[in-house]
Amino acid sequence: MGETLLQALSLLTQLDPAIMSIVGLSLQVSLSALVIGSLIGMPFGALLAVAQFPGRTTLVVLVNSFMGMPSVVLGVLVYLMLSRSGPFGDYGLLFSPTAMIIAQTLLVLPLIAALTRQIIEDTWKDYELELKANHLSKRQSVMVLLYDCRFSLTVAVLAGLGRAISEVGAVMIVGGNIEGFTRVMTTAIALETSKGDLPLSIALGLVLIGIQIALNWGTHGVRSWAMRRYG
Amino acid sequence: MFPIRVKDLVVMPKDRPILNGVNLTLDGDGISVILGPNGAGKSVLMRTLAGLNEYHSGEIDWRGEQAPEQRIAFVFQHPMMLRSSVCHNVTLGLKSLPLSKAEKQQRVSEVLEHVGLAHRTNESARLLSGGERQRLALARAWVTKPRLLMLDEPTAALDPTATEAVEKIIQEISADGTRIVMTTHNMGQALRLAKEIIFVHDGQVSEQSPSTQFFEEPQSEEARLFLKGELPWRVGFNA
Repeated sequence: MGETLLQALSLLTQLDPAIMSIVGLSLQVSLSALVIGSLIGMPFGALLAVAQFPGRTTLVVLVNSFMGMPSVVLGVLVYLMLSRSGPFGDYGLLFSPTAMIIAQTLLVLPLIAALTRQIIEDTWKDYELELKANHLSKRQSVMVLLYDCRFSLTVAVLAGLGRAISEVGAVMIVGGNIEGFTRVMTTAIALETSKGDLPLSIALGLVLIGIQIALNWGTHGVRSWAMRRYG
Repeated sequence: MFPIRVKDLVVMPKDRPILNGVNLTLDGDGISVILGPNGAGKSVLMRTLAGLNEYHSGEIDWRGEQAPEQRIAFVFQHPMMLRSSVCHNVTLGLKSLPLSKAEKQQRVSEVLEHVGLAHRTNESARLLSGGERQRLALARAWVTKPRLLMLDEPTAALDPTATEAVEKIIQEISADGTRIVMTTHNMGQALRLAKEIIFVHDGQVSEQSPSTQFFEEPQSEEARLFLKGELPWRVGFNA
């Protein structure tokens, strides 16, 4: 166990090219999915918080339910959409990083939208009259609320990143875990462990945990600064 | 826009009316203070006039015009402050107005100068004192150059110095041509600021008279008892 850990640390300190390539692709896929998911999920969640329309409650329940969508199920659905016989088969995206970004975007989108909806809805209760008194339209109100809750919304973004970067089922199915092309940290860990190459698995696991801690630490720092700066 | 005529206004959010047949006329200048006991319907009356509440029946006649919402501003007792700078909070009032960026900046600078917050432009609004927050809220309303400004207990919980500063700004806004309607529980303030008093009791306007007349010789029995501090508490709304 100790020897395996030492080998894993050795791989990391040597900046092993295979590891760096896998980490780079993981970050590229997950951060792309996170950006796209946030750009769509946050305005959608905020709109859901302030708008009143028939079927709103049903939509809120559906979005909340999709937060817990199993990644392998989503992977299969995206696979069906992108496979040769699927509606988007002509684009030839299956087993590519783009397919992985699409799958992870669909995975983080409901999570970010649901958390945004909850945060904005709580704030809307306090702000509604004031924003109406300032004659802001629904669209303007949504923009003001998103801006004002920007520090609280980092929680939604972090949750989205955690979900994206740590999932294995969807990217395995739509990416195919092809070495040097679609192999990311989680799929590599699963494969290398099954092959018995534990040092590489542990090294990738440490990177994965390290990224999560570093991002949470950074976000905590920003939030603390913001609380002191803006109250 | 003026005179605004309110006729038989009923606001009934649930089963019981909060305003129960309000009749009122607001002419075009000065400061009107709405007085009345807690729960009489003062704030609801102002919010309804400002279009923030729906009403069940009755009529609000803006001299034959559509309710000119863009020309009405409202300052709440506890104004909401965005998590951003003083300057940014003032611009919130201008978001819905079709002005150029330069015009907006000029208006913001001018109004912050008027309310004595020019030196705190870039500071966080949420870290201001209660009095400064209220002055900022007045700036946010004033910057829109409203025709009608509603103030809901603007100096509640402020110390005498902060109250005096806020009253001075209210008088300046009034002198600038904005019609002001406000509520307060501070009789001294009502006497200092009001051109007329609108006395609300039990969801109705029981008296509307010039300020001096109201305090010296109130016309309604409820107003007389209110000024003497003897208006009985209502136990429940059907009592």
